[in-house]
Amino acid sequence: MNSTSILEASAVRSWPEQQRDARIPAWIYSDPALFEREMEVFHTGPTWNFVGLECEIAQPGAYKRSWIGTRQVVMVRDENGEIQVLENRCAHRGAMLVWENKGVVKDFTCPYHHWNYDLQGNLLGLPFFRGAMGKGGMPRDFKKAEHSLRRLRVALRGGLVWATYSDETPPLDDYLGPEIGALVDRAAGGGRPLKLLGYNRQLLPCNWKLYLENSRDPYHATLLHSFFVTFGLLRTDTAFKAVPTIGGRHAIMASTYSAATANTQNEVTKELASLKSDFRLEDMELVKPVDEFGDSSMINFSVLPSVFFQQHGNSLALRHIIPKSPTQTELSWTHYGFADDDEAMENRRIKQANLMGPAGYVAIDDSEVLAMMQPSVNAAPDSVQVVEMGGRDVSPQETMVTETLIRGFYSYYREKMGL
Amino acid sequence: MTTDTASASALRAELRDLYDDYAAALDDFDLPRWATFFTDDCHYRIVSLENFKEGLPISTVACRGIAMIHDRIAALGVTAVFEQRVVRHIVGGVRLLEAGSEIVSQGNFALFESQSDRESQLLLVGRYLDRIVRQGGALKFRERVCVYDNYRIRTSLVYPV
Repeated sequence: MNSTSILEASAVRSWPEQQRDARIPAWIYSDPALFEREMEVFHTGPTWNFVGLECEIAQPGAYKRSWIGTRQVVMVRDENGEIQVLENRCAHRGAMLVWENKGVVKDFTCPYHHWNYDLQGNLLGLPFFRGAMGKGGMPRDFKKAEHSLRRLRVALRGGLVWATYSDETPPLDDYLGPEIGALVDRAAGGGRPLKLLGYNRQLLPCNWKLYLENSRDPYHATLLHSFFVTFGLLRTDTAFKAVPTIGGRHAIMASTYSAATANTQNEVTKELASLKSDFRLEDMELVKPVDEFGDSSMINFSVLPSVFFQQHGNSLALRHIIPKSPTQTELSWTHYGFADDDEAMENRRIKQANLMGPAGYVAIDDSEVLAMMQPSVNAAPDSVQVVEMGGRDVSPQETMVTETLIRGFYSYYREKMGL
Repeated sequence: MTTDTASASALRAELRDLYDDYAAALDDFDLPRWATFFTDDCHYRIVSLENFKEGLPISTVACRGIAMIHDRIAALGVTAVFEQRVVRHIVGGVRLLEAGSEIVSQGNFALFESQSDRESQLLLVGRYLDRIVRQGGALKFRERVCVYDNYRIRTSLVYPV
């Protein structure tokens, strides 16, 4: 059914022929058949998906629910201390097995017919296996070993749990590549144990790719985000690198924070209507980060398909992009610090978290703009968007004023989707 | 009726007025007036039930001290980009829990949001958990923790709760 409807759709809808890397057709943000295909290609396909933090499930039996695309999974620490990722779906009738977000269990029992699984997902037993009073029961040749929960491949790096549905996914280190791998390690403090600080969750009324593009778009950050610009946290007059990696699969945005240029004007910032140079905060600690990684840099990066690593000042978070439908996306923020942070640093992270999340001084601009973008792309599916800032190719660039990372993503996307 | 119960009853009435006046200030978008409901050393948080139950320190909004209250008001007026909306507070179930030099109380809130070209929606539902002191004759929040029951926020949370 899916392949037919994609063919039907693509018969009338195809990627623009001219300037293919610098054009985006609007129908990709609302087409339901395309959405289902994306979930197969990018989420349950040969990719590594962010699931959660190792520190969220510290003890044996501790579990947490998460999502890979539209499918729900449970990450659990088994009796041997290993982390398993299991689909949250009973092998019997497909009922949802785990109903709480987090918990600690000895094993899993489905609420519907009480099929019981160990922490590796193996079927241990089921009621009335041999029937009742000589009647009913499973066939003699029913083999429990053939009815385990769907178990995903798991990899760990940087204190994060990653999982894949596919046997064809290359090892995680190869999937990330050396540049992203090194940045994952940097974001994880070079091996310092992570500490969970909390969550923020919001439901964005937009396609998942609109959020993904937004997180690969430094151009908008210089204009839309007055708060960033005004306090010099991210500005066009600071050194910046926009680097697509592995043919546009992942994307790096690295900026140098300069205390010297904060809240000053020059010929570049005069262009910026959003710079409010006479606006001051009463509590400036919110915008005065400590250089905790020792490189004066803010590095944010996006790992296909579902996670964005955030470093805004000392506010560190993993933004999990969870597609719900062609026009709805959950954005789930896991804020973290390090177990050995002192009290001042933890308080700084909590304070600077005001920049982000559903009420964030900066992030609110994005959720509002994307909510206002979806109705327009819905209404004009055959319209075409232009992404030519910084040229028409997908090379790395040393400026914020570029859309090279968006072009890189769609170059990779079209190849994988066959568009 | 004893004097004690009479004064407790008067305090309950005063508390209900405080909760209603606070809600009215926000419904009127009178943010400078909203700031006057807090002490200088206040702690104001908007936090999900998920974080609150697990004792996690991250809030969706966290203001420690009146300076951060003023900063949030200023940012809303100067830098933030958002669609216009009307927010209406329905506050009820106000309960006096402790009536010492610091008053401990709580109440329920429901916030409805109305925007152009779509239906009004329930934006947020939850509880206020409060510590209140009397300053210059008026009751002020030293601590107001707004714990919302919603699993997630729909789109954005623009205004204070």
